Amino acid sequence: MSHSFDEISQQLKRRHRKSTRLKWITMGSLGLAGLFLVLFFADMLSKGLPAFQQAYIQTEISYTQEAETDGRRAFDEELLPLISRTAVRTIPLELRNNPDMIGTSKAEWVLANSDVDQYLKGHRHRLSDEEQEALDARVESGQVDLRFNTTFFGSGDSKIAENAGILSAVVGTIMTMIVTLAISFPIGVMTAIYLEEFAPDNRLTQIIEININNLAAIPSILFGLLGLAIFINFFGVPRSSPLVGGMTLALMTLPVIIISTRTALRSVPESIRHAGFGVGCSRWQVVRDHVLPLAMPGIMTGSIIGLAQAMGETAPLIIVGMVAFIPDVGVSFTNAATVMPAQIFTWAGEPEQAFVEKTAGGILVLLTILISLNAFAVVMRKKFERRW
Amino acid sequence: MNSHATVMNGQQTPAVGQPYTRNEAACHDLSFRVRDLNLWYGKNQALKNLNIDLFQKNVTALIGPSGCGKSTFLRCLNRMNDLIPSVRTEGLVEMDGLDVNAPKMDEVALRRRVGMVFQKPNPFPKSIFENIAYAPRMHDLVSRKAEQEELVEKALRDAGLWNEVKDKLHEPGTSLSGGQQQRLCIARAIAVQPDVILMDEPTSALDPISTATIEDLMDKLKEKFTIITVTHNMQQAARVADYTAFFHLGEIIEYNDTKVMFSTPAQKKTEDYISGRYG
Repeated sequence: MSHSFDEISQQLKRRHRKSTRLKWITMGSLGLAGLFLVLFFADMLSKGLPAFQQAYIQTEISYTQEAETDGRRAFDEELLPLISRTAVRTIPLELRNNPDMIGTSKAEWVLANSDVDQYLKGHRHRLSDEEQEALDARVESGQVDLRFNTTFFGSGDSKIAENAGILSAVVGTIMTMIVTLAISFPIGVMTAIYLEEFAPDNRLTQIIEININNLAAIPSILFGLLGLAIFINFFGVPRSSPLVGGMTLALMTLPVIIISTRTALRSVPESIRHAGFGVGCSRWQVVRDHVLPLAMPGIMTGSIIGLAQAMGETAPLIIVGMVAFIPDVGVSFTNAATVMPAQIFTWAGEPEQAFVEKTAGGILVLLTILISLNAFAVVMRKKFERRW
Repeated sequence: MNSHATVMNGQQTPAVGQPYTRNEAACHDLSFRVRDLNLWYGKNQALKNLNIDLFQKNVTALIGPSGCGKSTFLRCLNRMNDLIPSVRTEGLVEMDGLDVNAPKMDEVALRRRVGMVFQKPNPFPKSIFENIAYAPRMHDLVSRKAEQEELVEKALRDAGLWNEVKDKLHEPGTSLSGGQQQRLCIARAIAVQPDVILMDEPTSALDPISTATIEDLMDKLKEKFTIITVTHNMQQAARVADYTAFFHLGEIIEYNDTKVMFSTPAQKKTEDYISGRYG
């Protein structure tokens, strides 16, 4: 039985309509996701970018004898409510170290306090009307300015908002990630190699395989509890340290690395293994000389993504005490440290307005590092990808 | 079994209808002696009671329809079947009087003496030079750079590839054409100086011209190596093989001098297959 074109196109019209409708729905959901992403970034940038600038006031510092005991004496009385406590606090120490300076004076840009900073940026502040007037006058004469915030990138946490920086958290994150990578990469890759290339396919390996896959889906806070119970309470690893944090995150990253390594190994064609066995390679030689080089880009990508995931993790680190207040930047595996997400979490809990932009600024730093890591993973994959 | 007896007695005429082994030890040395070889994939029996003698410095072709077990049998000779977990073998495969399946036989040592060329060219994703130098270096046949270069050149000359690649030894092996890649794989196999080269349908992925080149090569290589090749192509078997074994459903139906087999097959099944009635 044959159909005319008319009959066929009648039916086709309905089908075409359906597919057009589906296309619009899918495009709509993509658009919605994109919109949320744009909103998120716009909000973060508008809140966070101001954190990269900080108010400074130009003033005459007179290093008098009295200033050696009371830093406030070095400044113009009128200015004192506008200047950061940090700036005042450092004067006596400076004088004690350089007694020659007593009696001199010099014009300098000093850190303003967070209210001045927030006032200049147009946010909520606690300045009185007179203080605002005095400030406005100095803004007119160019004695108050917003400058690049070296404190934010160059120092650790502080209870004084204008003195708080992210560096101790960045260093803590780096130390923690070194531990995580040093533990999870070799163990993960070796485990995957065993399971994929050596292990017999029996009930036991199947159970192990299922459990590894499930491990990747376990809520991360449970890894924190495990870290607390085993690493801190049983093995006595110092709490709050990059060592215990890194070990805990390594537990979390292991399944990710194992799974991605296995996928990478499995994607190496069987013919390469046969070629190796055919010329008399032992199993290990086949893996080391032929399979691993081909699987390396995939392994690296998986590991970097696992690491990036660990870097953004907060919950397990809270349990092992890595939400500590760390004012000093310390390069140590065993001393208390904090990490970026934990620092952001701490700042988010501060009541002061100035910490809102610190929070957003911290998120921007974290996001930048994560996006660069992921981009690096993509570049690595493209660069080392070999065709056969 | 009857066929056994014929071999033992050194008689030449096998009982009709029996898979049999030729015994021409007088004119050719034995490479492999296979007795009562059975092989199972899980519960599926793929090889049934094979008895065959394979001769040195000859080309032996294994022919037969798809799934008849000829490739499986080939892989028994260098224990590549070990890589498949579900495989179980019984029976004797003997090389130089040693059971290749014996516990103290190291499969790495076996594969060093029994090289293999696969259906699809599978050069390592490394340079042409590395493709060949890798295995001899691994087996400690060569170490110094000059030795390696000498060996690579020799292997490539033996494989008839030298003139085509001598100026680009450090380009990836995968950059060559399919036929060249297959000759590179042959060069790789002969570089470790094996006694036997197994070829599993070496030309089935190649064009007719490359196929002809490889066939010529096999003819030349048999002066130095024992070649056992699986082929789907009966003309190829007729052209290159000194001996041909016809496999069907996991059994060897007939094994004979190629000329005899293609002119006067002893078995009806062989005749039907050779004349293209099935397969």
